[in-house]
Amino acid sequence: MAPAVGLIGWFVYGFVLWTLYISFTNSKILPKYELWGVGQYVKLWGSRKWLIAVDNLLIFTALFLIFCVVIGIILAIFLDQKIRAEGVLRTIYLYPMALSFIVTGTAWKWILNPTLGIQKMFIDWGFENFTFDWLVNREMAIYTIVIAGVWQSAGFVMALFLAGLRSVEDEIVKAAKIDGANLFTVYWKILLPMMRPVFFTSFVILVHISIKSYDLIVALTQGGPGISTTMPALYMTQTAFHKSQVGLSAASAMMMFMAVAAVIIPYLYSELRRENAR
Amino acid sequence: MQDKTHSSYKQLEQKSKYTNMFLRWFLYFVLVIFAFYFIFPLYVMVVTSLKTMEEIRQGTLLTWPSGLNFDSWLVAWGGRGYGAGDTFLKPYFWNSIKMVVPAVFFSTFIGAMAGYVLTKWRFKGDKWVFLFLLFGCFIPYQAILLPMARTLGVLGISNSVIGLVLVHTVYGIPFTTLFFRNFYVSIPSELVKAARIDGAGFFKIFFKILLPVSTPIIVVTIIWQFTQIWNDFLFGSTFSFGEAAPIQVALNNMVLSSTSVKEYNVDMASAIIAGIPTLIVYVLAGKYFIRGLTSGAVKG
Repeated sequence: MAPAVGLIGWFVYGFVLWTLYISFTNSKILPKYELWGVGQYVKLWGSRKWLIAVDNLLIFTALFLIFCVVIGIILAIFLDQKIRAEGVLRTIYLYPMALSFIVTGTAWKWILNPTLGIQKMFIDWGFENFTFDWLVNREMAIYTIVIAGVWQSAGFVMALFLAGLRSVEDEIVKAAKIDGANLFTVYWKILLPMMRPVFFTSFVILVHISIKSYDLIVALTQGGPGISTTMPALYMTQTAFHKSQVGLSAASAMMMFMAVAAVIIPYLYSELRRENAR
Repeated sequence: MQDKTHSSYKQLEQKSKYTNMFLRWFLYFVLVIFAFYFIFPLYVMVVTSLKTMEEIRQGTLLTWPSGLNFDSWLVAWGGRGYGAGDTFLKPYFWNSIKMVVPAVFFSTFIGAMAGYVLTKWRFKGDKWVFLFLLFGCFIPYQAILLPMARTLGVLGISNSVIGLVLVHTVYGIPFTTLFFRNFYVSIPSELVKAARIDGAGFFKIFFKILLPVSTPIIVVTIIWQFTQIWNDFLFGSTFSFGEAAPIQVALNNMVLSSTSVKEYNVDMASAIIAGIPTLIVYVLAGKYFIRGLTSGAVKG
């Protein structure tokens, strides 16, 4: 026990405090320990690149959440209808979760590349004016990250909801059907509202994934074209390790930390309360 | 009169049978469409890796390769045989193995001990200690990258496999503790109490009573940790470069740094090689993989 508490105390809490402290200093390549105030945060929020990163994060999070949850729920409900070959389908929907974001990004980068990928496929099929250049298009590149991200994580939401639906007593559904409710009503009015904790969990996990998303962007766009697909995690490592702005990158890391904490603390609190009630 | 109701009832039944059949077809249709969406990239990866560049330029993503041509796999794994600038995955694959095995072992063992103490040697405030550890599952690692880089430097293990083993062990502990704690909660404490009365000590109880029944959760934990550490890119790319890099970093470098002509077939073969260990684990032990995913999330 002691080793676990000691290691986590030092490497998690101690390190976060160190980063917090550094974010209030004027550290460049090497950390300096004289306090400098909130200058780094002022600089951060005045930086165009950071604002783009935050903007991208909001767009990505919203779309990633919506698509993952909608696809996940549809698949879970459909699979719950005594489907033949359910095991095979489930395996197919979930296998991307076993792959790294680098592998996923590499694959989608090839699929989405305008010269030989999907665009060429449609042109060869006779759609001569078909264009699909999102990967190299400043305005659209962020959506390619959504496509790959949803592909990776939608199956996870399906697994959560399927587990949730399966844990509901059969009696409830039977009773509703005897009362004349059709299948749609059963799901819409009874089962989905019962899945509130699953919605909550999916929300927390997906937001958490998206705030931390880094590998996928590195593999798919490297933040480009230009800086159009920068996200906070990428901003942080670039500022720290390429631009040697340690103080500024610490400030951006703390912003990410606060965003995650804002989502996670209520979640842990509610989970703990649920467990105490049990 | 009675006859009439009977026949209309039959009509109704017939009608609902057709709607049901239509619904079933619709159901399968949607499920299969999504199955295609999910399988499509894997299919493209495999067929691309088996084509020559000539075939790639002439065909489309979906075109079937002319034969089973494993050349790009050999290049991805072992290189072309000329000296400088020839990057291939073999050494980095072994780096990853050397990193994963000890890191999974240590993090699982420490997590099992912590879970054991939190459930069987209850103490005042143990809930808070659990919460204290649990929060470690969720912190964005960006908040610890800078001090970690310095610490590894001070310890003299930056840019080494040992350094990555330390990093992955430490940041795996919150997850492994969570798994074992949730598992041991459901094991009756009476067993432990009885053993304590018989004079069994801390370690004896753990090894003789808990460990023998822990197989399922050990499997779940090992699979979870293996997948996480094998697939990690952030730590690998921040704390190592050059020869000490793990496979995901090497894959990314290979794909980005192809000098003259892009060889998509080699890229795809590399991606498959980097993904295959976790994919095999998933196919063989999917049940445990899913249990890790959902129990990590649902009972967080």
